[in-house]
Amino acid sequence: MKETLTGAQALIRALEHENVDVMFGLPGGCILPAYDPLIESKIRHILVRHEQGAGHMAEGYAHVTGRPGVAMVTSGPAATNLVTPLCDAYMDSVPMVGITGQVPTAAIGTDAFQECDTVGITRSITKHNELVMSAQDLPMVVRQAFHIATTGRPGPTLIDIPKDVLQNEMTWYWPSDDEVLDSLPGYRPNVKGHAKMIKEAARLILAARQPILYVGGGVLKARAAAVLRELAELTQIPVVTTLMARGAFPDSHPLCLGMPGMHGTATAVTAMQKSDLLIALGSRFDDRVTGKVSAFAPDAKIIHVDIDPAEQGKVRRPDVPIVGDCRLVIEEMLKAINDLLQSGEKQADVGPWRSRVSGWREQFPLAYDQSEPGAALKPQFCLEKLRDGAPEGTIVVSGVGQHQMWTSQYWNFEEPYTWVNSGGLGTMGFAVPAAIGAKVGRPDKTVWAVDGDGCFQMTAQELVTASLERIPVKIGILNNTYLGMVRQWQEMFYDERFSEVNLSGTLPDFVKWAESMGCVGIRVEDPQEAEAAIDKANSINDRPVVVDFRVAEDEKVFPMVPAGKSNDDILLHHSQDSRREFLK
Amino acid sequence: MSGKNPYGQDSQHHVLSVLVQNRPGVLARVSALFARRGYNIFSLAVAPTEHPDYSRITIVVDLASAPLEQMTKQLFKLVDVVRISELDPRHSVERELIMATVKATAEQRGQIVELTNIFEGKILSVGVDAVTVSLDGSPSNIDDFMAALNQYGIVESQRTGLVALPKLDRAASAGAAKSPKGKAS
Repeated sequence: MKETLTGAQALIRALEHENVDVMFGLPGGCILPAYDPLIESKIRHILVRHEQGAGHMAEGYAHVTGRPGVAMVTSGPAATNLVTPLCDAYMDSVPMVGITGQVPTAAIGTDAFQECDTVGITRSITKHNELVMSAQDLPMVVRQAFHIATTGRPGPTLIDIPKDVLQNEMTWYWPSDDEVLDSLPGYRPNVKGHAKMIKEAARLILAARQPILYVGGGVLKARAAAVLRELAELTQIPVVTTLMARGAFPDSHPLCLGMPGMHGTATAVTAMQKSDLLIALGSRFDDRVTGKVSAFAPDAKIIHVDIDPAEQGKVRRPDVPIVGDCRLVIEEMLKAINDLLQSGEKQADVGPWRSRVSGWREQFPLAYDQSEPGAALKPQFCLEKLRDGAPEGTIVVSGVGQHQMWTSQYWNFEEPYTWVNSGGLGTMGFAVPAAIGAKVGRPDKTVWAVDGDGCFQMTAQELVTASLERIPVKIGILNNTYLGMVRQWQEMFYDERFSEVNLSGTLPDFVKWAESMGCVGIRVEDPQEAEAAIDKANSINDRPVVVDFRVAEDEKVFPMVPAGKSNDDILLHHSQDSRREFLK
Repeated sequence: MSGKNPYGQDSQHHVLSVLVQNRPGVLARVSALFARRGYNIFSLAVAPTEHPDYSRITIVVDLASAPLEQMTKQLFKLVDVVRISELDPRHSVERELIMATVKATAEQRGQIVELTNIFEGKILSVGVDAVTVSLDGSPSNIDDFMAALNQYGIVESQRTGLVALPKLDRAASAGAAKSPKGKAS
């Protein structure tokens, strides 16, 4: 039977058909018609305080559930406020669907009230976007948007819907999988790796004497953590997990070397530099990992597994390029390696390499100076306490800057999908809304956001959303009263000429601010108070908690590879400088 | 075509023939991608194909600005891009059209007509002191024509940019190149 719906009803029904259980948004003029049928819908809508918050919540939700996050906002300024999260999701390959209202079709191009060229503005920061010109197209466009966002290399898609398209009538239908595929003749992601290349990779892996598994976010996107572990254990090859891949391999595993890159462990950085074979799995040779590209892992052959063909050879030419889904490719790789082993081939002895790597790990653990009695807390100390006090399986979310690097360094990531951060775009203010989205996606888990005082002030208002919607996230602010990472660079690279980097030691009062937003606020000024405060925060589950850790203002993140320098020029914590020779 | 490079001595040009879904904004997507990634375009021509659902964009790209492989792979990531053929100038047929208005006194008019006939061009319009001519041909052919017209003084001119198709292999059937199915990331 033909059923007539308005475009708005069709939109909401289409979202229900896509199994959307929650969406984040804020209504306004042009999107108003879509908010009406939402009243009858089983979809939970979370009303944010700023549209950027809706976008990052959708990302946080997607990070921890693997399902696409949905953000719905109106036209013009609301759409431009969604730009940052869309770009963030694009850089970090987060599946997300943005829905924006648009001025009525007849008004498009007339500089109407709250009109902007949303599709034009978001073209280069979405995997695909679409301006819908007819209500009849809505179910198909929604299906395409979800299909594109979640398949291949995941990413954000955007649907821009003029107000009259939401109001007009259409005849309901729901396109089949085949109809969706037929409508997208140019979109056929390649998920299965080339068999010959996989075999070649298996041969290189068995022949390598100093191999490293260079694991990126693609492994998490492909839900490949379990097969990765099989591969590492079968071959006894050490693993580095990039900022986007923390948790893809357990930090406590003897083969895990931690994070590589600008603030990676000396062991991870050096092991890559000295490696004769980098097996890059869903990683993209980001500049924060490679340092100076021409000096990066100079003796390594490269096996590059990535579902995005454009990543192959973008930065470093692979010896064996494999386009495909990490999980499927690793499975095939395991088979190929086992076949070779069964046919009598022997793996080269990686024993000496492993002991060399272990030596580095012993000599160059993460290090910081404990605070003098009476002096300010050390941020690393706070993180150790947070980590040790956190219930098992806690999801940790961060903003961007020093606190992000310390969190990645000092947390022990044991399970996949317990780490949420903004890696590629480096969006300050990401933590609070992303943590809220993560908690909505995984209400069964404790969610801690570790934030900076600078970041927190960018999106803190979403804690009002969290209080009202009863989303009990926990925020630990490492408050050093500075834009800490900027301060570190000005100290190290601009002769301590501090320019516009001090926020304030007195304003805002984070505890009062937290309380005004319906949260519990706790201040920690002394190392002695840290544990009790964290225990208290962990015991509160009916509202958000904000802990203001007043930490040392001049603490710096080490190790560090200065921007543009070779990874060989890694700067160590001063206590390890005398052992530098060991890294040769 | 001849070995002469019509796009400048230092440049390395290559032709991409891009089959796209015929939808609003597709040209903007393609040109925005080139701008965003810093790829240089020498010329770009776009028009519908024999199939109403598809258009073909012929892009002459500058390989000095980025490797061809990155250009095609990034282009392929656009959902509307269905197929990309890389047309090596040695294995393709290329055509371009030029229209030029040239100063011509009554005495010179005959010379210009003769010159145009030699190049197998056309006289489109004749004025008191100028003529408008057109020529379609290979880019180098058009370069030569322009150089010859220059002595009379070109008032204004417009080149269309290159269009190209693969040169047919005598053994292959023409239908083989027609499937609109492609693959992408």
